[in-house]
Amino acid sequence: MNILYDERVDGELPRADKAILLAELRQRIPDLKLLHSAEDLRPYECDGLSAYRTTPMLVALPERLEQVATLLKVCHAQKIPVVPRGAGTGLSGGALPLEQGVLLVMAKFNRILEINPQGRFARVQPGVRNLAISQAAAPHELYYAPDPSSQIACSIGGNVAENAGGVHCLKYGLTVHNLLKVEILTVEGERLTLGSDALDSPGFDLLALFTGSEGMLGVVTEVTVKLLPKPQVAKVLLAAFDSVEKAGAAVADIIAAGIVPGGLEMMDNLSIRAAEDFIHAGYPVDAEAILLCELDGVEADVHDDCERVRHVLEKAGATEVRLARDEVERAKFWAGRKNAFPAVGRISPDYYCMDGTIPKRQLPAVLRGIKDFSDEYGLRVANVFHAGDGNMHPLILFDANAPGELERAEELGAKILELCVAVGGSITGEHGVGREKINSMCVQFNADELTVFHAVKAAFDPSGLLNPGKNIPTLHRCAEFGGMHVHAGKLPFPELERF
Amino acid sequence: MSTASMIERADDSAAVLVEQVQDALSQRRPLAIRGGDSKAFLGRMVDGEPLDMRAHIGIVSYDPTELVVTARAGTTLVDLVAALDAHEQMLPFEPPRFDGVATLGGSIASGLSGPRRPWAGSARDFVLGTRVITGHGKHLRFGGEVMKNVAGYDLSRLMAGSFGCLGIITEVSLKVLPKPRLCRSLRLEMPADRALLKLSEWGQQPLPISGACHDGSALCLRLEGGEGSVLAACDRLGGEPQQASLWDDLREQRLDFFRDPRPLWRLSVPLATPSLAVPGEQFIDWGGAQRWLKSDMSEADLRRIVTEVGGHAICYTAGHAASPFHPLPTGLMRYHRQLKAALDPQGIFNPGRQYAEV
Ligand SMILES: Cc1cc2nc3c(=O)[nH]c(=O)nc-3n(C[C@H](O)[C@H](O)[C@H](O)COP(=O)(O)OP(=O)(O)OC[C@H]3O[C@@H](n4cnc5c(N)ncnc54)[C@H](O)[C@@H]3O)c2cc1C
Repeated sequence: MNILYDERVDGELPRADKAILLAELRQRIPDLKLLHSAEDLRPYECDGLSAYRTTPMLVALPERLEQVATLLKVCHAQKIPVVPRGAGTGLSGGALPLEQGVLLVMAKFNRILEINPQGRFARVQPGVRNLAISQAAAPHELYYAPDPSSQIACSIGGNVAENAGGVHCLKYGLTVHNLLKVEILTVEGERLTLGSDALDSPGFDLLALFTGSEGMLGVVTEVTVKLLPKPQVAKVLLAAFDSVEKAGAAVADIIAAGIVPGGLEMMDNLSIRAAEDFIHAGYPVDAEAILLCELDGVEADVHDDCERVRHVLEKAGATEVRLARDEVERAKFWAGRKNAFPAVGRISPDYYCMDGTIPKRQLPAVLRGIKDFSDEYGLRVANVFHAGDGNMHPLILFDANAPGELERAEELGAKILELCVAVGGSITGEHGVGREKINSMCVQFNADELTVFHAVKAAFDPSGLLNPGKNIPTLHRCAEFGGMHVHAGKLPFPELERF
Repeated sequence: MSTASMIERADDSAAVLVEQVQDALSQRRPLAIRGGDSKAFLGRMVDGEPLDMRAHIGIVSYDPTELVVTARAGTTLVDLVAALDAHEQMLPFEPPRFDGVATLGGSIASGLSGPRRPWAGSARDFVLGTRVITGHGKHLRFGGEVMKNVAGYDLSRLMAGSFGCLGIITEVSLKVLPKPRLCRSLRLEMPADRALLKLSEWGQQPLPISGACHDGSALCLRLEGGEGSVLAACDRLGGEPQQASLWDDLREQRLDFFRDPRPLWRLSVPLATPSLAVPGEQFIDWGGAQRWLKSDMSEADLRRIVTEVGGHAICYTAGHAASPFHPLPTGLMRYHRQLKAALDPQGIFNPGRQYAEV
């Protein structure tokens, strides 16, 4: 089932009059930068999920809060859908535009407003890049912990909207754990402050609710993040295994030994080889799997923990365990992992990145399942895995120019996500649902649960004008999807009429 | 995994609870949701039929290598912690157990966290998933048993700290962590002003602090981590050894400070807030971010002073304040009402417990 907005199953959108909208925006916000020629709109047709493109009606690039507020008010009055966008690195089509909608690009809000070392926080505009926060805090020996691999490009507003993670989230948490406060504008252009400068705030935890809400509940206009003292040292161990099962078991053994590594990553043979070809990180290309285990903290503890982990890894049957000798080698070990996606991009015309999570003990079974699907669909799959927190990134290799391959890749991807749900996991760990996984949501949630999600949305955006069609599928979509997709004779939505 | 005692103390009464909720819905009868009733002092009185959660107990699953435990809402924290103890793991946010009667559901619904909170995170930070009986009488599942999950809105973390006003939590999955290898506590005599300055300075350094309070005359620190880091920090910071039971007594509000007959307030303020000049006795916790106050001062004056520094105040003495929780700005309250109406359209779950409007 196509994931582009389909009014038949995703709900009718109001008919917008571009000329009237443009006229009113120009009159009310004369200094607002607007793009509306076909050529100017092209770069905004997609986010990081580039297989899907839609030309927005127009693109707005505001620089001041009042411009955003007025734009939202005008659009609300004229019933025009608004799709927020940060840096456009999202991998699930969360910022995919609508033909009848305005794409609200927050990237120009790129000022760091305050770095407060005593209070250990940074107050920034939403378009500030993730890495720029840590760079600005570095003179104080502080940093912002969540580090998505896209951190040189992605915006903090987009991180809040996706609840982005990174390789260090097992120990340091996701975006939601590292926020103090966000300022938002509602779909009606009303300002709200969620959270506070203190560690908690009165009332319902709307900060948690908004984190990961994919631009569906409000537009993030300012973010206050926590800063942490930089760990004194970080060391990385690389362990090679002759089977992924053994590597998976080693992950559990490390945790069972009472150690919570700063990062714990796994790569399978195909990704090892791709990364090694690209980065020359020194990975053992014959290994079936490698683990990268980073231990960080105070020197003495890190030293002891390295010894403990080495022992655990050896006992778990590692064929080789290497401690990065110095910072250069440590950076190299990580560069291989952090560049795994582009590395895989070099060995295949296209690749499709999945983002399911599973209980760690299910890893061997899920990897076997993926292997079977891969054979069935005739497409290679490289596996990169945030092993510490059970977040898999299977990369499906395909050629978009070969007829039918994209569709096969997507089908294979959907199969993998269903498997994740079946073993007690989730269809998305950090990349979000967006449009990409809109059908898979019907597998993870039943109609009653989806109804609650829609009710939450309506509490903040009753007219459904903010990023319509993302994150939560309509029950109609699920009914149709379910009809095409009967599991063992059981319909997931038996109570709904079929189309 | 599950020991015999855990099985003995397991009972799934979800079906009964759902029936009770459906009954209440059909008669539009408000419910006062109750676990161990250990937090009755907190919040407003609820005029509703008591719904007792204590029969819905037991650990549903616990695999130490996954760092996840799932238990029914009526399970006492004492039972839950005992199961974790057996595997050298813990609830890092240290919720108060209040004479052993506090339940898991009540702890999450009220979102209370103990002394480790500024460093480890809050109750809501450790919530991975919940099962909830909704205002439509359905028993639903949000979130899950995995560390990372961004499918749909984060309703499970929204439930944390909502005081039962948005739905009945029947089951909670929490992230747990291994206990630290070593724990040492220190006592350093110094006035509060100096302690706050020191905490702000040390907070910017990679020290293994996991508890920091000031009792009026001395700064007490808890250091946790590996041997190397803890012993090195002890050497560096100096001071006298302090009994570790301090942290339990603080968490459970058993210290002498809490016996003072004046009303108790909890002030939540930004980390680097200097000493607050308010009448009464203060006890500083959370490295400066939480100030306990015993004072007769007027609610309005107190709220004004905390608001000025960017914080808020909650009254911990039952019946003392007209609105025990800090009042919300009008705009925010409107969305609270709309959210309440969306999730509990008949307004039967703990109406008014937090605010008269929800
Ligand atoms: C190579 C690569 C590696 C990646 N690695 C990781 C990783 O390790 N971990 C991870 O979590 N993600 C990763 N990502 C995904 C992506 O970078 C994150 O999802 C990121 O948070 C998106 O930020 P953005 O600014 O690009 O947002 P966009 O893509 O512009 O938007 C993402 C979503 O946020 C909404 N949004 C954006 N700004 C706002 C705002 N101001 N207010 C309200 N809503 C807003 C949009 O509507 C959309 O739904 C990776 C992506 C790439 C391309």
